[in-house]
Amino acid sequence: MSETKVSRSVPKPSKPWQPSAAERAQSLSVGVLAALASVGLVALTPMKGFLPTVIFFGIFAVLIGFAKGTFTRGSTTGKNNAIGILLGLGTCVALIPIASILETTISRGYKGLHRGLFTKDMSMNTAIDPITEGGLLHALLGSLIMVSIALVIAMPLGILTAIYLTEIKGRFSRPVRFLVQAMSGVPSIVAGLFIMSAIIYPITKSFNGLMGALALSILMIPTIARTAEEVLLLIPNDLREAGVALGGTQWRTVAMVVVPAARSGLITAMILGIARVIGETAPILLVTGGGDAINVNPVEGPMGSLPFYIWKSFFFGTEEATTRGWAGLLVLLVFVLILFTLARTLSRRKVRR
Amino acid sequence: MAITEKPAEGPAIPTRRVITTEPRLSDKVFRGIVTAGGLSSLIILGLIAIFLAYQGYEILVKEGTSFFTSSTWEVITDDVGEVQSYDFGLAAMLVGTVLCALIAVIVAVPVAVASALFMTFYAQGKIKAFLIAVIDLMAAFPSILFGFWGFFILMPKVEYWSLLINKYLGWIPIFSVDAKIFTRSPFLAGLVLAVMIIPITTAVAREVFDQTPLDRIQAAYALGATKWAMIRAVALPYGRGGVVGGAMLGLGRAMGETVAVYTVLNIVYQINWQVLFGAGGNVASLILLKFGEAKPLEIKGLMAAGLALFLLTLLVNLLADFIVARTGKKGR
Repeated sequence: MSETKVSRSVPKPSKPWQPSAAERAQSLSVGVLAALASVGLVALTPMKGFLPTVIFFGIFAVLIGFAKGTFTRGSTTGKNNAIGILLGLGTCVALIPIASILETTISRGYKGLHRGLFTKDMSMNTAIDPITEGGLLHALLGSLIMVSIALVIAMPLGILTAIYLTEIKGRFSRPVRFLVQAMSGVPSIVAGLFIMSAIIYPITKSFNGLMGALALSILMIPTIARTAEEVLLLIPNDLREAGVALGGTQWRTVAMVVVPAARSGLITAMILGIARVIGETAPILLVTGGGDAINVNPVEGPMGSLPFYIWKSFFFGTEEATTRGWAGLLVLLVFVLILFTLARTLSRRKVRR
Repeated sequence: MAITEKPAEGPAIPTRRVITTEPRLSDKVFRGIVTAGGLSSLIILGLIAIFLAYQGYEILVKEGTSFFTSSTWEVITDDVGEVQSYDFGLAAMLVGTVLCALIAVIVAVPVAVASALFMTFYAQGKIKAFLIAVIDLMAAFPSILFGFWGFFILMPKVEYWSLLINKYLGWIPIFSVDAKIFTRSPFLAGLVLAVMIIPITTAVAREVFDQTPLDRIQAAYALGATKWAMIRAVALPYGRGGVVGGAMLGLGRAMGETVAVYTVLNIVYQINWQVLFGAGGNVASLILLKFGEAKPLEIKGLMAAGLALFLLTLLVNLLADFIVARTGKKGR
């Protein structure tokens, strides 16, 4: 018995919609031409610097793209090309600040990193001391404590709101959705003022970490509620029907079927909530008091936090203090990046299942 | 015999099962708890308004309309610290808040719409995913980061740009300045705010463009439209409301921003429409600025200012939400 030899060569699918090599070279040449023209123009005229080069690159790219389209296929194509290039440039404009922010924070912040940063506090130092002295342990601990307390308050309320909107769908669904949206737009300083007017002035008369946590939880609730609502809406209705068909009450169905199915999404909601408030500065400046020593008791004495540490450092104005501030911002940025990556990985996994 | 212990009157008739839609006790409790949780946002928003009004009431009544029309914000005390006289007026701050937010929206919306269109209709595959991730990441950046970036990196550049704009466009009234002081101007604050609201405006606009009905897009292509013709004829009319709503949402954010504006804006108690001149106002920043040294009386004034800010942003946000919610349903 001889094996029949099957030809394994699969014909390569043609993709007529994809640009051919020649077309690619042409669009590349538009960019190169525009770059050359802009650099040339800036070199020949008294203008100097980076900014005019960039602006003229944009103008030339749009013009050359328009000319190319017009000569090959008429003015409609020319206009189409020009707009396409314009939109791409607009996207670049949106990306420039983020690149600049990342670059600045990393390049200036890493100078302030040292071994003691995460093991010392500032109780024995001021921000203008040499950079190797003191650290931000107190700020880190304070931020973690406040965010944890805020989470304990905001997580149940946020998820209950989401369950109300998706499972109960009561009479108030519409207004509640409206109000959650409105609440996400409450200025952070108003949250701080509210805590002052409602709790600090009439009752406690002291600034401490718990007040900061309460203010943060107000800002956290809408983020958690909206993300959790989106996640719960993605849970297929079959699951709910199956739960009820097996004799479960609504309470059992939601608690045993719907919420476990949405677990990773709810964790995403929690992470996004943390990311929303970890760098929140205005209410922290108003209500926490901002200490320089380690204080792990949220109900007594001022509590430091990362935003307060950064804020305070920058206002000394000396080089050491500024470096300290950038280092604090770098730590904060790393936190945000980690939280953001976590949230994205988790939500992607949810989709795949 | 034991077997004779039979029930006397035959098999017992089972009681009739009650069929009802009435939820059980456990469900009633569950629904009660969830509804209470769901109404927490209403309660919190209500409490914010009530407490700020309660604390600021005294000042609002004493100042009356001059709280919104006068521009002075001062407390005069004698040597012992007793308050002699005071005058709280928010006009300059309110004008400044709106001015900075408007600059931000004017700068941010074209960029946001361009990137939303690019992400929806031009970018594909990995590039699209990357762009969406980066814009979302930017939305997660804390405002203090934008503030100090604006102060250290953007400010020197913007000062130079202001000089150029003033030199060549100074004949337009809002670009003229009385004295050539361009540091910490409303223009700079507006630019920083623009950078901050680009992500949210882009996200809202992108979501609406994403919902453009595919059949209309394909119909446009089938009629021989180029991509731009399709966008102009189909996507833009469909997404117009989303863009306006996203811009309003950005406006609300920009009005309520505190820290970033405080770092880059020079607060002056005088109404100033010259955007390039280094003097501006902002309600939120005023609160932060005055708070540290404020005496109880002034704190009450600040609470009243907070109430004004709260109501202003609430109004803008509700309007934005209303516009966005209406567009999705209306088929054009």
